[in-house]
Amino acid sequence: MTEPIIQIKDVHKYFKNNIHALRGVSLDIYPGEVIVIIGPSGSGKSTLLRSINNLEEIDFGDITVGGLSVKDHHDINKLRMEVGMVFQQFNLFPHLTVLENITLAQRIVRKRSKKESYQNAMLLLEKVGIPEKAHAYPLQLSGGQQQRVAIARALAMNPKIMLFDEPTSALDPEMIQEVLEVMIQLSKEGITMVVVSHEMGFARAAADRTILMDEGKIVEIASHDELFTNPQEERTRLFLSKIL
Amino acid sequence: MEEKDNRQENPIQWLDKNLPQAGELTKVDAWWWLVLLVFLAILALVVFKPDPYARILNFTQDGIVITIVVTISSFVLTMIFGLFCGLGRVSKNRILYGITSIYVEIIRGIPLLVQLLVWYFAFPAIIIQLGTILKIESMQRYLANPVLMAIIGISVCYAAYMAEIVRAGIESLPAGQMEAARSLGMTKTQTMQYVILPQAYRIIMPAIGNEFISLLKDSSLVSVVAVSDLTRRGREFMSTTFMPIETWLMVSLLYLLMTLITTRLTKIIENKTKLVK
Repeated sequence: MTEPIIQIKDVHKYFKNNIHALRGVSLDIYPGEVIVIIGPSGSGKSTLLRSINNLEEIDFGDITVGGLSVKDHHDINKLRMEVGMVFQQFNLFPHLTVLENITLAQRIVRKRSKKESYQNAMLLLEKVGIPEKAHAYPLQLSGGQQQRVAIARALAMNPKIMLFDEPTSALDPEMIQEVLEVMIQLSKEGITMVVVSHEMGFARAAADRTILMDEGKIVEIASHDELFTNPQEERTRLFLSKIL
Repeated sequence: MEEKDNRQENPIQWLDKNLPQAGELTKVDAWWWLVLLVFLAILALVVFKPDPYARILNFTQDGIVITIVVTISSFVLTMIFGLFCGLGRVSKNRILYGITSIYVEIIRGIPLLVQLLVWYFAFPAIIIQLGTILKIESMQRYLANPVLMAIIGISVCYAAYMAEIVRAGIESLPAGQMEAARSLGMTKTQTMQYVILPQAYRIIMPAIGNEFISLLKDSSLVSVVAVSDLTRRGREFMSTTFMPIETWLMVSLLYLLMTLITTRLTKIIENKTKLVK
């Protein structure tokens, strides 16, 4: 069996207001796997995702990504270079053009030349389907277009892992599909993906394993069909009955 | 034909460039008329009533230079010092945060005039007393340069306010900007340099412009600490000629001309640095 690329070991996280957000989560994720995490709001799924690249600092336990621990702060930028992240609110840099958004980190973190990073950015813009927007500013784009640029920006660093934190939750319904199509395309390319989302269509099409979280714990892990057709836990049944 | 091509390239950008900014420009132009009016008023006074107005202008011109020098040098120092203190105010480093916070609180609680008096009178006295205690000859003969002390005094004071403006600008940005940059592997410094500060300065640009104009006006306070600025030269002219109305009319017009010009200039910079929406 191959080594897991992400190892999550008994992770606990407390927020400042003493909320126990993660209560002993353990999970191994293997290279190329597509994991979808679902669960009610406040279940800790976004917190878990954000812990993987240390946007949230964990209090107990450990997470290693490609052998690097999130607790080793000297290596944190090295770790983050290998982990792309896509946010609910896109978080594009509004003062930079689409092209500059995608080239900035390539140039100052990966130290690529201007030419190389531009070529790379244009290829990725083709891939997400909006090469004509290269010189536009983010606020001139629709939400769906912004999110696709955000995906291109993360991919430009050639990460081994992509994290998606509710990537379609802030989008108008008609724009969700264009983002999901890019994500489904991506899932076929062998990149490891961890996706927090309630898009069951995406989970059905792309997920290798679907995880249900509740109250800071993993309730059930299953291959997708299993979770939907034959949920083992009562909590899972209850949650699925509400969202389906 | 050419116009049509532009539209096809990027309709939103085309509209942005051509529609609202044209409106902004006419507004700026309208205000330039006021600048011209004040300038013409000064000119008319000097030409048609050279005695005393040309004499006042002649007498105070070195004061105008001093006022401009003090204002610009203080402002440059304020920007540099204010930026660092502002970064200290948003720092997670407790020592940096503590020192800059105490500095800001103390400075903002003391009037600028009193601070200038401290720098000009008390600071040299402290140096001399220290020199006596340490038996250092050069320190005992220390003589404060009024212009230098005035520039230091104003900068130290204004930097405290600038620090708060910088802090507010940085804190007004959504946390997601920092998170997005950090998640791409950028260091804190790179994030500040390429993502946070370029956005923050656009947001605080109007406030910085206001500070510059306040500083220009407050520079008249240095006249009480032996700096021969425009205000002090005006007072000297009045006391030798006993013409208070003419003197202060002329001095007021000169200040007004300078502040109006700066207001227009900052407005132009503001428009140029706005985020494209």
